Amino acid sequence: MLKLLFKTWFLCLALAFGGQAFAQTASSDLFNQLGKANFADAEKIVVELAKSGDTKIVPALEALGAGDLYLRKEDGKVFVAKGSGATLTLTDPASGEAAGEAPKGALTKIKVNNTLRRAINSALGGLTLMSPDKATRLSAAQAVIKSPSGEMLALLETALAAESDAGVRKVMEEARAVSLMSSDRPLEDKKTAIQTIREIGGRDAIGILRAALPAADASLKPDIEKAITGIEDSLKLWDMGQNVVYGLSLGSVLLLAAIGLAITFGVMGVINMAHGEMVMIGAYSTFIVQDVIRTHAPGLFDWSLAIALPVAFVITGAVGFAIERGVIRFLYGRPLETLLATWGISLILQQTVRSIFGPTNREVGNPSWMSGSFQLGGLAITSNRLWIIAFSMAVFLALLVLLKRSSFGLMMRAVTQNRRMASSMGIRTPWVDAFTFALGSGIAGLAGVALSQIDNVSPNLGQSYIIDSFMVVVFGGVGNLWGTLVGALSLGILNKFLEPYVGAVLGKILVLVLIILFIQKRPRGLFALKGRAVES
Amino acid sequence: MSEARPRSLLYLDNVSVSFDGFKALNALSLVIEPGELRAIIGPNGAGKTTMMDIITGKTRPDEGEVFFEDTVDLTKKDEADIARLGIGRKFQKPTVFESHTVWDNLELALNRKRGVFSTLFYRLTAEDKARIEEILSTVRLSHRRDELAGSLSHGQKQWLEIGMLLAQEPKLLLVDEPVAGMTDAETVETAILLKEIAKTRSVVVVEHDMGFIRDLGVKVTCLAEGSVLAEGSIDYVSNDPKVIENYLGR
Amino acid sequence: MITQFLLKGADRRITIMLAVLLALAVLVPASNLLLSPENPLHVPTYAMSLFGKYLCYALLALALDLVWGYCGILSLGHGAFFALGGYAMGMYLMRQIGPRGVYGDPILPDFMVFLNWKELPWFWHGFDMFWFAMLMVLLVPGLLAFVFGWFAFRSRVNGVYLSIITQAMTYALLLAFFRNDMGFGGNNGLTDFKDILGFSVQADGTRAALFAATAFFLALCLLIASAIVSSKFGKVLVGVRDAESRVRFLGYRVEHVKLFTFVVSAMMAGIAGALFVPQVGIINPGEFAPGNSIEVVIWTAVGGRGTLIGPIIGAVAVAFGKSMFTSAFPEVWLFALGGLFVAVTLFLPKGIVGTISGYVSARKAIKASKDAEAGVDVDKPIQPAE
Repeated sequence: MLKLLFKTWFLCLALAFGGQAFAQTASSDLFNQLGKANFADAEKIVVELAKSGDTKIVPALEALGAGDLYLRKEDGKVFVAKGSGATLTLTDPASGEAAGEAPKGALTKIKVNNTLRRAINSALGGLTLMSPDKATRLSAAQAVIKSPSGEMLALLETALAAESDAGVRKVMEEARAVSLMSSDRPLEDKKTAIQTIREIGGRDAIGILRAALPAADASLKPDIEKAITGIEDSLKLWDMGQNVVYGLSLGSVLLLAAIGLAITFGVMGVINMAHGEMVMIGAYSTFIVQDVIRTHAPGLFDWSLAIALPVAFVITGAVGFAIERGVIRFLYGRPLETLLATWGISLILQQTVRSIFGPTNREVGNPSWMSGSFQLGGLAITSNRLWIIAFSMAVFLALLVLLKRSSFGLMMRAVTQNRRMASSMGIRTPWVDAFTFALGSGIAGLAGVALSQIDNVSPNLGQSYIIDSFMVVVFGGVGNLWGTLVGALSLGILNKFLEPYVGAVLGKILVLVLIILFIQKRPRGLFALKGRAVES
Repeated sequence: MSEARPRSLLYLDNVSVSFDGFKALNALSLVIEPGELRAIIGPNGAGKTTMMDIITGKTRPDEGEVFFEDTVDLTKKDEADIARLGIGRKFQKPTVFESHTVWDNLELALNRKRGVFSTLFYRLTAEDKARIEEILSTVRLSHRRDELAGSLSHGQKQWLEIGMLLAQEPKLLLVDEPVAGMTDAETVETAILLKEIAKTRSVVVVEHDMGFIRDLGVKVTCLAEGSVLAEGSIDYVSNDPKVIENYLGR
Repeated sequence: MITQFLLKGADRRITIMLAVLLALAVLVPASNLLLSPENPLHVPTYAMSLFGKYLCYALLALALDLVWGYCGILSLGHGAFFALGGYAMGMYLMRQIGPRGVYGDPILPDFMVFLNWKELPWFWHGFDMFWFAMLMVLLVPGLLAFVFGWFAFRSRVNGVYLSIITQAMTYALLLAFFRNDMGFGGNNGLTDFKDILGFSVQADGTRAALFAATAFFLALCLLIASAIVSSKFGKVLVGVRDAESRVRFLGYRVEHVKLFTFVVSAMMAGIAGALFVPQVGIINPGEFAPGNSIEVVIWTAVGGRGTLIGPIIGAVAVAFGKSMFTSAFPEVWLFALGGLFVAVTLFLPKGIVGTISGYVSARKAIKASKDAEAGVDVDKPIQPAE
């Protein structure tokens, strides 16, 4: 024991002077002691080794963990021995230099148990704290936070003193605080440590504090408990923020799916039950575009969505135009019949796609810029969701500009408010209808391109969105795009807020029931046109 | 306050209503006495139809009082209640049940119990039959009683609707542009019919046809921009400079 | 007085349909039970059950016609009432299994044992009694229709909006019944029935009786519906469809009129569902699917809405066509159904029966107006209702 203490002192001294040679001899000795040590002693030795801060011994420690560290019987020296067969290649554990060969029979394996393995791991974590590579140091400090031990404290403090990078320093300080909790440092230090841990936040911090709670001094307990609740509170806030993000993401999908529907409903007073199928066709257009790119120009894959957007818009717009000219215009003034006819069309479109592409899901790939995710505070945000939010807002703004600034938009608004009057003013309402329908369908196609990135592309894709889109239209009201925006986002967020409490299915049911109740109060939705003209 | 109110059939005081910021009625006050026949004129957008909507419970006023027979607050009642109280309304566009026969239209309008079960088990009595026959002859439709209302001419539909209002036995009849689209002969006959009806009940007629109103020869109220511009005999009102500027033109 | 009320509405066409239904109720079971299988007039059991299923659809279509054809309420959620009636019957049949289930629990149905439930949920009590279950067949759909209708009609939700929220209603129920914790067997639904009123549901005799009951109830509901639509109330109903505000200004409570009709219709749909379940042997949440409810609409539209016998003919014809198509060329069926929707709305808005009777009355009118100056506009195309 005395010897060990002496060695520790010596080691610290060596570290302070940064002398490699001293450290190496010291390590060498320690490794050789491992040969005869029992598990408990071995653990202490490993800790000592870690304190050397010598990154050269990392392979040797790893070898110990893997059972590749051997004692040479003849001189009691310890080596890393590797190889297969009767003869093993020896390496000096302290210097990492080759040390000849030895027959297997001349060596004894140094045994490890789980406690020892744990010590090795944390020693490895501590050692890399001294690594010249910044990233290695950072991950080492993070590793300490994950599996803290009081033994590491001294090493951490040494590393902290030498650390120059502010980012790494911060993490190291957190690691120090975490390690301090399980050390025998004075209460005052621990109190500040608790504060530091609290600032780390997150579930790990709660775990650390919980683990420290039973063994902690009575005077510390209130502090720890306070810190735990504090972290939990902020976690709740982040969770709420996360729900808002999820909700916005769902809401923007709903917005994309519903906005075309809202336009056609607003202008023509008809519900297009085949709207979901337009979304589906938009998604399949993406599939076709990607298929062509894959076989003919694989380099363009990252551009596939940008190419798919106009393609899908034109295809679905044309289909919509054809439906209006072919069926809907004969059903003017009969909204319920229009609903039935478009339902029939939706069945035909579904079956057509199923016959051509098969009933199973089609693979639509994500371009590289759509995949991946990043962390924003306590929020996890995936790129594809973020892009879809941005995309739906862009579509919304484009439509808003189209409606407010273009002459076609003016005509559409005129027809929405008073069809007969618009017609008397010389607006060709049939053509406004046809192009409105084409526009609404085209937007559904755009929605399909976006949805192909987050949902399965199958003939049933549209069906899963159509009722939700209706709900958005009913809730938001027609004749005003803002209603659709507010409707979609609030339904999205409401859904995601209910989900954690009642589950996804029940949440959806509740939203439906709430809308049914809401429509009692405002039968025409949130942003309804008022006045005499719309009632008659 | 209520003692100060004159005995009236219909009493509107300071009624205002707006749609999306547009004031359709602006502090409108109007009193109809029992048995009175009143004509209401005014340019488009003066609030004539909105006023009728308020009286019949289709639209709720933002502020103001609407009383029927001094005591019944109409702003608290819905259309069916108000109809049962005895206020009948004829729409601008003739609104009859086109897929029912003329007879059935009148049978439906008859002032009898209107609950679900009383109509389910309703049986036509001799008394009701006689009443329908009587109305049929009043509105000159006896010969077409078994035809679908949809096959009637425009003028006949207008009369059928007036006949339905009679069957309803209202105390107050609101008639919106009864002669729009009628021939001159029909217009004259309609004036006679309305005067006949007004002998037993109050009638409020909204009309643009000045000749028709002159034929009626009653008190006239001119509305503009949601409030009363002038009130009095047709000669008085049509010589009022404000009325000339707002409605009649020079 | 009730019989008088009921018989008052039966005109010639209704009477013929009633006679046909009652004849079917007697003859089909008789031929199935009494004639030997070799006899060319023998109706095999599977065909009888299949046809019994069609008659259930016919009753459902009739129920929808009452609200859509006469009152102008296009319900896209009538499948929900049908399914609820079916579930009420299914719960009775489940309780009849008793200890004969796979797990042999005397009280709990198999799926509850499987989910480790210890006791029967409160809403399953009473369903071991036939009369109670039958009461629920009427009350549950009726109550849902009442609550839903009370909210919707009072605030004057109508037209397309109403259609959409009825669809939302059945969709919400679909989601709910898929959940295991609802206590209705999750997505497997209720099945493996053993017997009804002590008779095996598989036996030919029971099947024949079920067929007869279906035909009988269809006839009864037809009689009730015809009595309703030919009464003064029925005229009010059509008035609501054609000119709702006029009805209101005549002093009728439109919301009460609609509510009554909606509830009666929902109860009829519930009866249809209850008769359907023992004949097909299963009820599952799929019956709530919005697509099913819309199919009911096309049955009614094909046969002719607003004609009472049209929906019966339409339902049987389309359901029969579906069986033929789906066994012969399954992939074509959706094309055919979709095409049917488009074709009927475009070219046959009055349906088969409506078009024929329109043609017949037009011929009569031409004859009658040979000397009279006015007549029905024969050459004018059918005017859309506003």
